[in-house]
Amino acid sequence: MGGNLLDRVQASLGGQALATDMVHGILVLQIAPESLVTLVSHLRQQHGFDLFLDVTAVDWPQRQPRFDVVYHFYSTRDFVRVRVKTRVDEADPTVDTLVPLYGSARYMERECHEMYGIRFRGNDDLRPLLLYEGFVGHPLRKDYPKQKEQPLVPYRNVQP
Amino acid sequence: MSTTTPVPRGEKSAAFEYLTTRKDEFVGWARKFSLFPYPFVTACCAMEFMSVSSTLYDTDRFGAALPRFTPRQSDLLMVVGTVSHKQAPILRKVYEQMCEPKWVIAFGVCATSGGFYQNYAALPGIDKIIPVDLYIPGCPPRPEMVIDGIMKLQDRIANQRHPIINQDF
Amino acid sequence: MSLPPLTSLPNPIRPAFTKGLTPGSVIVNIGPSHPATHGTIQIVAEISGERVVRTDVHCGYLHRGFEKECESHTWHTLIPYVDRLNYCSALINDFAYCEAVEKLLGIELTPRCRHLRTLLSEYSRIADHLTCIAAALMEMGAMTAFLYLVTIRDYVYEHIADLTGARVTHSYGRIGGLARDLPDGWLRRLEEILDQMDTFVDRVHGLVDRNRIFIDRMRDVGVIGTAEAINWGFTGPILRSTGAPRDLRKDTPYLSYGELEFEIPVGIKGDNYDRYYVRMREIDESKHMIRQLIDLLQPGPVSVDDRRCTLPDKEAVYTEIEALINHFKLIMEGPQVPAGETYSAHEGANGELGFYLVSVGGGVPWKVHCRSPSFVHMGGAHRMLDGYQLADLVPTFGSINMIGGECDR
Repeated sequence: MGGNLLDRVQASLGGQALATDMVHGILVLQIAPESLVTLVSHLRQQHGFDLFLDVTAVDWPQRQPRFDVVYHFYSTRDFVRVRVKTRVDEADPTVDTLVPLYGSARYMERECHEMYGIRFRGNDDLRPLLLYEGFVGHPLRKDYPKQKEQPLVPYRNVQP
Repeated sequence: MSTTTPVPRGEKSAAFEYLTTRKDEFVGWARKFSLFPYPFVTACCAMEFMSVSSTLYDTDRFGAALPRFTPRQSDLLMVVGTVSHKQAPILRKVYEQMCEPKWVIAFGVCATSGGFYQNYAALPGIDKIIPVDLYIPGCPPRPEMVIDGIMKLQDRIANQRHPIINQDF
Repeated sequence: MSLPPLTSLPNPIRPAFTKGLTPGSVIVNIGPSHPATHGTIQIVAEISGERVVRTDVHCGYLHRGFEKECESHTWHTLIPYVDRLNYCSALINDFAYCEAVEKLLGIELTPRCRHLRTLLSEYSRIADHLTCIAAALMEMGAMTAFLYLVTIRDYVYEHIADLTGARVTHSYGRIGGLARDLPDGWLRRLEEILDQMDTFVDRVHGLVDRNRIFIDRMRDVGVIGTAEAINWGFTGPILRSTGAPRDLRKDTPYLSYGELEFEIPVGIKGDNYDRYYVRMREIDESKHMIRQLIDLLQPGPVSVDDRRCTLPDKEAVYTEIEALINHFKLIMEGPQVPAGETYSAHEGANGELGFYLVSVGGGVPWKVHCRSPSFVHMGGAHRMLDGYQLADLVPTFGSINMIGGECDR
């Protein structure tokens, strides 16, 4: 049943996607950023992918475009997952928001924004969520040094 | 730390010194067996804190069972778990809101030194922002270690000076 | 005193609102150092009288840089970090992560390993539910229930420490298998603990289930419907309490769940009482599953015999040169995982716990992302908090079971 659904999805959306693949049981759709919202609405309304699992990004600093924005969806009716990937540039890392479609997108997009700097057009609440006010930079980018701390409270002189 | 400032003793009589020592012993005994912890709980060490507070490893035997969840009423700040940079102002504020005498326990390696989180997010040890009296290492420490630590802290409290009226007495 | 003088402390957050909508309302800050917010959640609430008008939930006070740390450790040495995500049920995180790496490597587990992983996942799930219920009930005043449940949880911890070496954060899973096999007498003690657990859990049922106080505090409080829950990303016991029998162990069976007989407890209304009861029933179901698995266990190896990830026997390491080099390379460089990406999800104690791994070949991952249920639940928590009274925040928050390590990673 799950396999049939993924075949149907692949058949109906294959045209819109730049590439499709089956990776470890998950259908992966590679799309252009402009077609994100239409494709995801189609997945939700036509094929029943009602649970938005996750949005994250992958940083490929040696590649142009630099970031892969990766979405995962799950169908609670057919128990299959689909992965939607899109590529954005470092100069303009913007994709459309999914908040009108899924409420859970609010917090997940906030996290992706503060960690990678991906801007979600339409989500006006992109305050830092896991990081704090005054943190400069996007820590999960590969060029942010792991140990660069930005303390909020100045350290005291500790006698050893 | 809080009450170990040296007190000028040059001109006092032997009787006064005897009274001060006995007073310090008595007040130290009273304070060490009536600790009111403020469990500043953040992470995994909370599981061991729960275990050490309940029946099998009871801290009630040491008088340190009743947590006061407001810094105004507590005297032992137990920082349990990792403190991130975002949490650091809150920890400092809570510490400042506590009244003297107060003691601080760094419970777990994350509170002691940052643990194995040496990155942009975790504070490398709470002694960077507040003075600490006792460090309990472990990830998380076994309840027996925590009890050992509390007993060491009690020894320390018993041997401290406790000025209760003014700086001399 | 060696502290620099305190002039002002920076505010780490920016609340969504600073003025109230309704006239006469007050903005109140709850947390992040608060007994009922389970560590580290800050809720900025607008209160009108006793009623909560709207809330703004802030997490992130336990952000420890899990993903960034993972990018500088080998696939094996980051298992302790994975443990500390959901620290109440650490073994489930281990096994979910190891399974994702095994998918990339293309490894099939031995039957004994599968059964043991399933057994230990259920055991960890029991420990997590015991902790959640104990904390939730204690915050409403039932100290006795807390002491009963933490006592039995302590027996579970000591028992797991006999196997893994640590009480809380075990780091027992290994890629391709487990760290070691069961010691003698472990299964006998397991059966003793399961019998004792029946007694303790029944006592808590007796104290809470038909208690007027708890019914008044938990029934019809924090209600959420199924469609709304799915829209806001809820999975796990919260989704099941709304009436939807969705459980990854039944829907997409993994490990040995396909061979076991168990039921999915569901609630009726999606309120706090249902979440409490669903968790209590899940403890019973987990015990039932563990008893089935004890019968299913057969002797055999626990780690797959694959030199790409399993450390060779110590006797061989000290006597044969190939084993020595294999051991050396596995420890120093890490298991060489082929390039690719995968997403693998297990049913954690809170919901769908997923790992999205990206590998570029080599012993160090390019990206390890944890899809944590608690984080998504925090995004939807305001749907269960708004409109109720201020004191209802405590049981509602306790029933969501937000685990800070998992939420903030």
